[in-house]
Order: sequence, then structure tokens, then C-alpha cells
Amino acid sequence: MSRYADLVLTLLAAAFVLALSWAVPWLRFVMTIAIAKGLAVLGILLLLRAGQVSFGHALYLSLAAYVVAFMAARIPEVLLLLPLAAVVAASIGLLVGLFVSRYRAIFFGMLNLALSMVFYSMLDKFYEVTRGGDGIRVPVTSFAGVVLSPDQQSWALLILALVLAVGFGAFVRLYLLSPMGSALSALKTREARLEFMGIPARRILLSAYVLSAFMAGCGGALIALSTRHVTPALAYWTASGELVFIAILGGAGSVFGPFLGALAYELTRTYAAALVADAWQMILGTVLLVVILFAPGGLWGIGRALVVRGRQA
Amino acid sequence: MGWLGDNGMLLGLAMLDGLSYAAAVFMVAVGLNLVFGVMHVLNVAHGSLYAIGGYAAASLSLFLIARGMPPWLSIPSLVVSSAIVGAILGPPIERLLRSVSGQEEVLQLLVTFALFMILEDLQKLVWGVQPVVSDAPVKLLGTIDVPFGRDAIPFTSYQLFLLPGVALVTLIGLAWFLRRTLAGRMIVAVTVDREAARAMGINAGKVMLLTFTAGAALAALGGALASPTTSLVPGIGASTIVLSFAVVATAGLGQIEGAALTALMIGLGRSLAVYFAPEFEVVVPYFIMVSVLLVRPQGLFAVPETRRI
Repeated sequence: MSRYADLVLTLLAAAFVLALSWAVPWLRFVMTIAIAKGLAVLGILLLLRAGQVSFGHALYLSLAAYVVAFMAARIPEVLLLLPLAAVVAASIGLLVGLFVSRYRAIFFGMLNLALSMVFYSMLDKFYEVTRGGDGIRVPVTSFAGVVLSPDQQSWALLILALVLAVGFGAFVRLYLLSPMGSALSALKTREARLEFMGIPARRILLSAYVLSAFMAGCGGALIALSTRHVTPALAYWTASGELVFIAILGGAGSVFGPFLGALAYELTRTYAAALVADAWQMILGTVLLVVILFAPGGLWGIGRALVVRGRQA
Repeated sequence: MGWLGDNGMLLGLAMLDGLSYAAAVFMVAVGLNLVFGVMHVLNVAHGSLYAIGGYAAASLSLFLIARGMPPWLSIPSLVVSSAIVGAILGPPIERLLRSVSGQEEVLQLLVTFALFMILEDLQKLVWGVQPVVSDAPVKLLGTIDVPFGRDAIPFTSYQLFLLPGVALVTLIGLAWFLRRTLAGRMIVAVTVDREAARAMGINAGKVMLLTFTAGAALAALGGALASPTTSLVPGIGASTIVLSFAVVATAGLGQIEGAALTALMIGLGRSLAVYFAPEFEVVVPYFIMVSVLLVRPQGLFAVPETRRI
């Protein structure tokens, strides 16, 4: 798609989200959470481009959420807390990435899963620090120095989420078009050839990994600020699975995919999850299978195919 | 004596616990290994087969006892139920995996992950979320006093003899089967080079089906054997797949004896943590795995492979 079409689509999507949040006030919260998850999924998409899948990215999301929860009392300012949490997530991402970027495929996926489960059990077991399964309440925070009413705050967070989504979406789009992005796809095709050309494959994967941790951190901070309560469940493997699910559902072909997938997922979950709480993972798994088998481009791919067919007719 | 004198009993208990735990983990890990060898995809749903094997065994033995059957039947019922689980779930999963075998590796992995999500809830729907306890086989075999220094530790014979015994028989049987019998060598041939094996006239599809089913049954047997010693709760599938992956990765893919040693190492490490530093129980297996992989990325016992260019 052309840059112009992408720009129009972005503006339309942002207008749609704002209009829906204005028309149905309680959807504002759902939209914010969806966009926050979309940010983390954008990172999963980057890794998928390299042919790698992480079953543990909830680690960075929950880490940033806990950073917000711990620091909110000392730094009660959204515009400082969010970058701080994201930077912490990215630093841990760098540390972990130095280790996991040596591995590919299943090793990469499972090592991420293992590390996130370690973090989960630490959150769960060290009750004195983390209050275990009860979680921590996030104190009231100001936005740009002003203490807003809960209603205004939720608008501010939604707009912040939208700005981040557009910013990171554009950045990832550029990244994928850049030589770094091409190297990332080459990593998937044949890594050894990349190295023969003198391009350090590990560093290519590592930089994508750190970027993905940073974006997951932004998402996690937004989630903590909107829900105002963090629990270890944020780090559980199902949370990581959810991110991978959204990435495939939305489609890995475009930077719109993660946000489209996240909105579809969160809206469905809001309505359906309570009805089928016991079978929720089962439904997700089935949808995941169906998408992989019959619609590998995800929702974005389906939409695109419809548009293309419409033009031809 | 000092510390050892005070904690000797605890140390002994931890070692015995670790042994029986390692035996169950080994059964799952060795199945995971076999399946990875022939299918070239790590089956994330393997952990669910462990959980379902455990639940099925518990149900069958509770059913037998409720019917007034002699309690000794609960021991063969462990094997029977895991064979049933393997035979019912193995072939359809293998079928599905083979239908996506032409796709990208990451998509194949995601298919097994989707299966894992489905099976986790299926097991909740069938057996509920309340813990299921069936300890007939453990009670049946009674306890035995294990001499440990000056003390004697009462420990169940089930965990001391039956669990490690079955694991040992599996280990020796499998090593013999793979190296000495025609069918076993066919599996090895398909593992090493599927195309070359096909060219020699081996029906690779059949080998994959049988190996997958056997691997599924081994996972179910691991769960069945562990079921009388713990209460079954939702989520054991997830922790089992991560743990058995840790064993397989630490040992190196394709290693059987190596997997046994590693299972023992990780099992002992974990149960020592349970007794002496319970906060770190979950961390210990990964700590062992990460420290091994940092030094030897291909695992303890595997030889590095040449890379494809």
C-alpha cells in the first residue's frame, strides 16, 4: 500500500476509536487496553518477521506494569512513569536478549516462556514485596503536571495510547523497510547467508528484541495506569499466549494487523469471555488453528483481499 | 554433625522425592524428544498429554474402586489408561501436525500451541477445576523405612520403587528398541534424514504416526504415574511442558540417556529447593538450564550440528 493510503487509514482508524469511545463511554477503557496490547503485539510482529516467536513477552509487559505500580507513589506523573517503565523493560530486554538471541525457533520461544514463568512465580511467591496474587494498587497519578478527574484521565490515557500506537506503527513500518528490517526477514530465510555478507545476525535479532521489549513496556505501563491494579496474572503464560494469538489473528503482514487484532480480540473478550469463561482458551486455540490453516494473513489479510477483489470487480 | 545432623532427614526426603519426580519428568521428556526427532516440531501440547494422562488414570482407578474391584487393579490401570489416551489423542494430533508440515516452522509451532490451549480447557471441562486425588496405588504398596544415617525415613514404596523402576525400564527398553530392532532403526533413520529413509523404502508417514502415538502414550504414562503422588490441578500441563523442555534442552535434543541424567539433576535440584528454599522451587530448573546453555548451547550431551547454508 502507498504511504498516502496508510496515512488516510491511520487517521480513519484513530477517528473511529475516538468516536466509538465518545459514543460508548465504557468502551474507552477497552480501547485503551486494546491499543496497549497492540503495542506489545507490534513487538511480536517484529520477531515473527525474523521467523521467531516468543511465548514469554508478557514478561516485559508485566515488568513495566509493576514498575509503574512501585514508582507511582514516588513519581506520580504519567509522562515520566511511562518512559521509565519502558526503559526498564527494554534494559531487562537487552540483558535477556543477549542470552536468547543465541537461539532460534523452539529454543527461542521456550526460553522466553521459561524466563517469563520465573518472573511470574517471583511475583507470586515474594509476598512481602509484591503482595503475591492480591497484586498492588496503582496510586493516582497526574498527567503533564495536572491531576485530572478519572474521566479526563481515561481520555488522556486513550489519546496517549493512540499517539504511541501511531508513532510506533510508523516507526516499525520504517524499520521494516530499512536495511535492518530486510536483514530481519533474511534471518528467517537463511541466516548463514546473512553472516556471509558480513551482517551480524545476532545483533539484528537483538535490536528487534530490545525494541519489542520497549514497546511491550509501553503497553504494560498503559495497562497499569488504566486498570490501576497489577497482578502476577499479567505475567502468566496465558498472557504471553494472548499476545501471540493477537499477532496471528490480526495478521503479521502489516503494522495495522496488531492493532486490528487487538481491538477485535478485546471487544470479543469483553462480550464473550464471561459467557464462556471455562472454555475461553479453547475458543482462542480453535480460532488460532483456523486462522493458521485457512487465513494465514489474519484479519488484515482478509480485509485486504476483499478490497483488492472489490477493485477488480 | 552440625547442619547435616539437623537437616539430614530433610535432605534424605528431598533426594527421595527428587528421584520419583525425576522419573515422571523423564517419561515426558523422552516422549517429547522422540516426537521432535521424527516430526521436527516441538509439540507444546505434549504437557497437556501428561495432564490428561494423569486425570484419566485417576478417573479409571477411582472408577474401579467405586465398582468394588480389587485395589491391585489400580496399578495396571495406570498403563491401560495412558495407552488409551495415547491411542485416542495421538493419531489426530499427528495428522494435524503433518498437514501443516509444509508451512513455516514458526506456524507449526503455533499449531501445537493452539492445540495446547484447546487441550488445557478440554481437561478443565471434563475434570473440573477442583483438585482430583487418587492415591490407591500409593496406599496399596505401603511405606518402607529408608535408612539414612542414624535416622530412618518412612517413604512410600510406590515412589521409591515403582516410579523409578518404570522409568528405568523405559530407558533401557527404549535404548534397546531404537538401537537393536528394525522398527527402532527405522525411527532413527527417519530422525536423521527423512528423505533418505524414504528413498530406502521406509514408510516415513507410518513411522511418524507410530512414534507420535508412542510419545503421546509416554507423556500420558508420566502423568498417570505421577497422579497418585500429587493432586491434579489445572495448570500442571503448562508447568510440565516447560520443565520437560528444560530437561530436553539441557540434555541436548535427541539424547535419551542424557535426558535421564538431566531429569535426575533437575528433579533433585527442584526437590532440594522445595525443602530448603521453597521460594526458588520454580526457578531452579531454569537456573540449571540457563547455566548449562550459556556454556554449551547445544546441550550437555549433544554434538553441535553443521549449519545449513
